Amino acid sequence: MSYFTLVLALVFVLIPLILSKSLKLGLEKDTIIATVRSIIQLLAVGYILKFVFASDSYFYIGLMIVLMIAAATQNARKKGTSIKGITMKLVITFIFVEILTQAILLGLHITPPTAQYIIPISGMMIGNSMVLGILFLNRFTAELQAHEEEVELILTLGGTPKQAIHTQLINSIKASTIPTIESQKTIGLVQLPGMMSGQIIAGADPVQAVFFQLLVLFLLLTAAVTTSVLLGFLSYPTLFNERMQFLNERIKTED
Amino acid sequence: MDNIQEAITLQNVSFSANGTEILHQLNGGFPAGNISVLVGPSGAGKSTLFRLLNGMRSADKGEIYIHGKNIAQFDPTDLRRTVGIALQQAPMLQGTVWKNLSLPRKLQGKELTKEEAQKLLRIVNLDEQLLDRKAKELSGGQKQRLSIARTLVNQPPILLLDEITSSLDQVSAHEIEKLIIHLNQAYQTTIIWITHSLEQARKVGDYAYVMMNGKIVESGNIDLLTHPSSDSVKNFIKGDQS
Ligand SMILES: Nc1ncnc2c1ncn2[C@@H]1O[C@H](COP(=O)(O)OP(=O)(O)OP(=O)(O)O)[C@@H](O)[C@H]1O
Ligand SMILES: [Mg+2]
Repeated sequence: MSYFTLVLALVFVLIPLILSKSLKLGLEKDTIIATVRSIIQLLAVGYILKFVFASDSYFYIGLMIVLMIAAATQNARKKGTSIKGITMKLVITFIFVEILTQAILLGLHITPPTAQYIIPISGMMIGNSMVLGILFLNRFTAELQAHEEEVELILTLGGTPKQAIHTQLINSIKASTIPTIESQKTIGLVQLPGMMSGQIIAGADPVQAVFFQLLVLFLLLTAAVTTSVLLGFLSYPTLFNERMQFLNERIKTED
Repeated sequence: MDNIQEAITLQNVSFSANGTEILHQLNGGFPAGNISVLVGPSGAGKSTLFRLLNGMRSADKGEIYIHGKNIAQFDPTDLRRTVGIALQQAPMLQGTVWKNLSLPRKLQGKELTKEEAQKLLRIVNLDEQLLDRKAKELSGGQKQRLSIARTLVNQPPILLLDEITSSLDQVSAHEIEKLIIHLNQAYQTTIIWITHSLEQARKVGDYAYVMMNGKIVESGNIDLLTHPSSDSVKNFIKGDQS
């Protein structure tokens, strides 16, 4: 594809704009913002990657990963304002997921230690970990708001914070990871995963594309469950103090 | 009250939430082995005081003693097993009556025996057949009995009751009153009972405490609810009967 064909592709942005305008859907502004942002962000990433690949330096690979983690943390932390020190907890979670997956991939020689592999896979891991983090934090806050009475009940009967929060914690971990697991059950039947489609379009062997897609799916399972579990167990203690009191004001003032 | 042992002693207890002081310099004691009633207008701080007594919140200033031991010296889980509480809402966990009744024991990593369960149900006058029912499907009165039985699993020497009959009909309320009086007499359980019904307070109470605007304004023998000394308490009592 050339810049000229890319410009032609903007027709696909005009269609929703015209529909939105004539049906008064009010989507124009967001559509334009989304288009402009995606063009700028992706082009920037494209050129940065080109540079990093060419330099073939672990320093730049590391820098890219640090930037990804910073961006993911910035995005997810807004959902966790009720949890003290959420920024640090997210950073720890993302670093853990990144190190865990790369250690296994590189250690078992599943993928070669080059920028071409490390960076896209890190991007997918951290990006997914971020989405899972947001899903988990949303769900956990909602669960605690809805079941505040039960958490306090267990405390009043002599339970520890861990016992008091157990059901809500497990439910939130489950609820946030289920979409990842469920979506993998029907994958390939209805629609081809984006990454695989892209590879096929770019000329890769379909079976090779499938292999990589499967690798990514397995990685995503790890990212999903690890993120929720780690974030959950790092977060819940901040909702209690050393006298085992449930600091529910934190959750209420949330919204 | 001087010659009676105090189950709970308050010394200059103050408590604030979100920057406003809710309890101001509370002093006094609740005698052991008796039924004390705690009355006062809505928002006076009665429930807040209960939350301090069983350690769900800590006082900002002052000291609270349980049987002479400072609350801060208790392990929080021990404190809550010593000072049991039952609430108007009688909150239940999802699941069966059995699950709810055996919960306090589960929290200690132990199991409630069938015999213990039967005994508790007998005390609160609940049919054993109900054990397999869903707790949330019980009637208001049954739920309240279950809530009391569940609190009793820990055998608390002190029992706080926060408007436990407020959402019940006359007959159920009366049976709960009998049950609490029985507990007090059979096990010498110290009872502190928040109620909005002065009639109930006079009927069940040995001692009365009147709270207003975060202060204990009058306390003493239950007769004070019939012959209050201060004008504000007189007005409060008049207001209640109208
Ligand atoms: N977490 C909190 N944050 C701020 N204010 C609170 C909080 N909890 C209670 N209050 C306030 O403290 C005051 C006392 O409340 P409390 O529930 O103790 O009153 P009460 O005497 O039990 O009233 P009622 O008879 O209606 O149950 C009220 O003004 C209430 O709004
Ligand atoms: Mg109250």
